[in-house]
Amino acid sequence: MSFDIDVERRLGDRSIGVRFTAGAGLTALFGPSGAGKTSILNMVAGLLKPDRGHIRIGDRTLFGDGIDLPPEARRIGYVFQDGRLFPHRRVRANLLYGHHLADPADRWMALDEAVDFLGIGHLLDRWPHGLSGGEAQRVAIGRALLRAPQCLLMDEPLSSLDAARREDIMTVIERIRDTLKLPILYVSHDRAEVDRLATQLIALDG
Amino acid sequence: MLSSEEWGIVALSLKVGGVAVLATLPIAFALAWLLARKRFPGRMLLDGLVHLPLVVPPVVTGWLLLVAFGPFGPVGRWLESWFGVSLMFRWTGAALAAAIMALPLMVRAMRLSIEAIDRRLEGAARTLGASAWHSFWTISLPLALPGVLAALVLGFARSIGEFGATITFVSNIPGETRTLPLAIYSALQVPGGEAMVTRLALLSVALSLAALVASEWLVRRGHRGQDRHVL
Repeated sequence: MSFDIDVERRLGDRSIGVRFTAGAGLTALFGPSGAGKTSILNMVAGLLKPDRGHIRIGDRTLFGDGIDLPPEARRIGYVFQDGRLFPHRRVRANLLYGHHLADPADRWMALDEAVDFLGIGHLLDRWPHGLSGGEAQRVAIGRALLRAPQCLLMDEPLSSLDAARREDIMTVIERIRDTLKLPILYVSHDRAEVDRLATQLIALDG
Repeated sequence: MLSSEEWGIVALSLKVGGVAVLATLPIAFALAWLLARKRFPGRMLLDGLVHLPLVVPPVVTGWLLLVAFGPFGPVGRWLESWFGVSLMFRWTGAALAAAIMALPLMVRAMRLSIEAIDRRLEGAARTLGASAWHSFWTISLPLALPGVLAALVLGFARSIGEFGATITFVSNIPGETRTLPLAIYSALQVPGGEAMVTRLALLSVALSLAALVASEWLVRRGHRGQDRHVL
């Protein structure tokens, strides 16, 4: 499994672009705020269309060569900075949202496994608005894992957490990287975080 | 307490208001969605047209309906020749007048609610495998639900209160187009009708209040654990 990404996109009067290949493990896109890191993840996820370039993951072309797969067909799990849980669904329904939509043959994790992996069994019947930042981020990670993804995108998943919660979630991310062996594209502006988590580092300048 | 004639008036009002609001709901939602989400030429004009019944004298709206839906009007002639249907002097015409008058309120309520949806949630749904349609049905529409319920209530209240456009378009025919406000107006013209006026007026207030309470209850039931209000 590898990332082969070469994209460019104009947003207003500036141009955001990146070109890299990366293998297994956690690939960190590292750079200052405003370098367009989130835009790059959005392009990989299919939420933002590049002006030119290609996005290939493993042997699948998601964008380029006349192909532009919609986000729902890309099999990518996206963990957003702010969790972005569905406020009108309980935790269980949030977790299962993508799971139910995935092809049963593609699923590689069951609800129980995800719940155990993340230690969120006690949250299943809660509403998202009652969760702490760390709890919400665990549920968001679980929701992305249960969607049967081939890789994970993480957009500063630690930025809204206090130090203790950061440590918690970092451990979770390391276990996704090492135990589940899921390739991760990880965006951050925090050097210490990236040094600890990254297998490969892609530096972006602002 | 109420005579059978008065019950008939109430039943007719509920029928006219209910049909008007339910038939308008999908159209109003589509308009609200269009105005909230899409940028297209003529958007300002459409916005203005939708809101017109709010500012034009109702009697003018009624007259325009008369011109359009009368036997020689462009729409009326078409309905007559294709479906053999005429709305003139019929309760269906009263429902149409009520619907036109309720439309701006319904569009406004739903538009606010649609604009308040965090669109990034729809993006999240897409990355989780939802098509644009699935994301609409499972994320956007449920999140817009308070606005839809508010639109139903406001639209219904406006419909059963409709007077000017109705009496101009479909006249004041007992048992067919004489809804509550028209009946109150008629009773006021008759010596000794004060008792009936009082009863019907109180009934109007009760109906409106019941609609408000019912909708508040619906919203709370639909979003237990969340703090939401219709109005």
